[in-house]
Amino acid sequence: MAEPILRIRQLKQHFKLGGGLFQKKNFVYAVDGVSFDLYPGETLGLVGESGCGKSTLGKTLLRLHEPTAGTIEFEGQDITHLGEKAMRRLRQDIQIIFQDPMESLNARHTIGMILEEPMMVHGIGTPAERRERAKALLERVGLPRDAVDRYPHEFSGGQRQRIGIARAISLKPKVIVCDESVSALDVSVQSQVLNLLLDLQQEMNLALIFIAHDLSVVRHVSDRVAVMYLGRVVELTDAHTIYSSPKHPYTQSLIDAIPIPDPRQRDRERIRLTGDVPSPINPPKGCHFAARCPRAMDRCVTEQPQLITLSEGHEAACFLNE
Amino acid sequence: MTDTILSVRNLCTEFTVESGTVRVLDGVSFDVPKGKTLGIVGESGCGKSVTAASIMRLLPQPHGKIVSGEILYDGKNLATLSKEDMYKVRGDKISMIFQEPMTALNPVHTVGRQICEVYELHRPDYDKDKRKQKAIRMLEKVGIPEPAKRFDEYPHQLSGGMRQRVMIAIALACEPDILIADEPTTALDVTIQAQILDLMKKLQDDNGMSIIFITHDLGVVAEMCDEVVVMYAGRAAEQADVFKLFENPSHPYTHGLLSSIPKLDSQPRTQLPTIPGSVPSLLNMPSGCRFQNRCDFATDQCQQTPEQTLIASDHKVFCWQWQTLNQKRAEA
Repeated sequence: MAEPILRIRQLKQHFKLGGGLFQKKNFVYAVDGVSFDLYPGETLGLVGESGCGKSTLGKTLLRLHEPTAGTIEFEGQDITHLGEKAMRRLRQDIQIIFQDPMESLNARHTIGMILEEPMMVHGIGTPAERRERAKALLERVGLPRDAVDRYPHEFSGGQRQRIGIARAISLKPKVIVCDESVSALDVSVQSQVLNLLLDLQQEMNLALIFIAHDLSVVRHVSDRVAVMYLGRVVELTDAHTIYSSPKHPYTQSLIDAIPIPDPRQRDRERIRLTGDVPSPINPPKGCHFAARCPRAMDRCVTEQPQLITLSEGHEAACFLNE
Repeated sequence: MTDTILSVRNLCTEFTVESGTVRVLDGVSFDVPKGKTLGIVGESGCGKSVTAASIMRLLPQPHGKIVSGEILYDGKNLATLSKEDMYKVRGDKISMIFQEPMTALNPVHTVGRQICEVYELHRPDYDKDKRKQKAIRMLEKVGIPEPAKRFDEYPHQLSGGMRQRVMIAIALACEPDILIADEPTTALDVTIQAQILDLMKKLQDDNGMSIIFITHDLGVVAEMCDEVVVMYAGRAAEQADVFKLFENPSHPYTHGLLSSIPKLDSQPRTQLPTIPGSVPSLLNMPSGCRFQNRCDFATDQCQQTPEQTLIASDHKVFCWQWQTLNQKRAEA
């Protein structure tokens, strides 16, 4: 197997909350010891509910947050504490696409300016070359070339997301983090954008980290899927196995909670979780899922289960698998 | 045949915008079956929320207006009912819950007070104690733990799922005949969504209300609804019993929607079928069928507005080419 392009080990991202003179300090344990490898050309899906830390993880990978602990290696180089200048150069290779393109595209810049800016920052090409490249990028993502002179508000949500994608690929990156990139789109448009991402990935041998809350969408675009719960990865395996034989009760209940677009299956047997997702502020000591888990045992409350390899490429963090 | 509790007939709603008037609903008709759930499904801008706002007479004023058509409920036409009479219907006979409970609930009033308010309006004979007792009973019914304690709490002290439960408690306080739910679970996490959907089903079993369930999610439709209206660009495209709709989608739009959703058991990393293009602007609708510019089956006939075709007694489609679609699917 090829060398991983990105190697994450025990990555932690904690945020301090409050902590005035007489206040007790609280921490949000947004990402709490996550490890994985990402290989060139593959998609790793990150799925979980709000507050599970999936978006924070995505941003920490790009060093948009300073990690609290752990290491991030890109192409064998430790970039966890890389200086700002070196990091900026490196961001040519690691890009991100956000959920709401309206918020991540400057409303006062033309599409041309938006697409040319990254090239300008990285000193690529002459103005005329950059212009031409912007037009070519637009064409590649399925928009007219003359869109360079228009503004973001003139485009629909799906088209704006295409612009976001065009910007992300403008520097020919090796890794793109897609943070809920299709979640705000209508289904008919969502499928168009997913197809575009799959095409571009093949063409450019991109490694994608695809973050979303919708397991059916994540499964569809991913080679492997990591399920997150309160800052930790609870299960990681290939996209087939995650659905056909999940080994963590949370994965199973997540699958069971997804409404299936087939009324004949509405009475199927399924696990229903009670209670809310607990807050990542001072989470429970043992297994984070224990409070909602239908199969929790005594030791789950006191002991933290570690991710263990169950079979080739299948890891889960649950005592039930011991 | 089931009884109908509410009938929408040829409803047309218009909005005044800077550049003129746009017709957001263009002749929408459907019946809401008594004690059952009617789903209205479609993508952004199809008019599903405006349909709900029209029934509730909550169109933004002064821009929105019902220009023609009828909304028949209990021998009255809600489309032309006076403001005062509508006050009596709204919240008592027909209630509504919204997508974002944090914006629908009043942040400076306690949860209890917001439920009691409904009784103050619609049950003037209840005294203060009775209102409180009833409100706590409602909180209990919607599955809120420690209802007496929660009664005195504010919305921000509750989680998203709990807030939606409070919304439901407010909406059902007077045991309405009809609950209109406008994307009630869209902002919730999927495990919480499952809880709220279960709750809505249970409450419906208990008190026999009808639900109009508005959503963009065909999975939720399949789980919740008995009958479905698929809307596209301000018109109904197809209308059917839920099993028939998923088994035999007969409008190219319904068919396209159903095939473009990634399924949990589909082959990962394959190209999804898509519907090309995007919804035409309301300011610039093509004449005839509004789906024609995105449709694989469009012919010259589609320049004319499609008439309703009855495929079965509980299955209507508004498409000239539905037989071509069904044939093609049979061959595939």
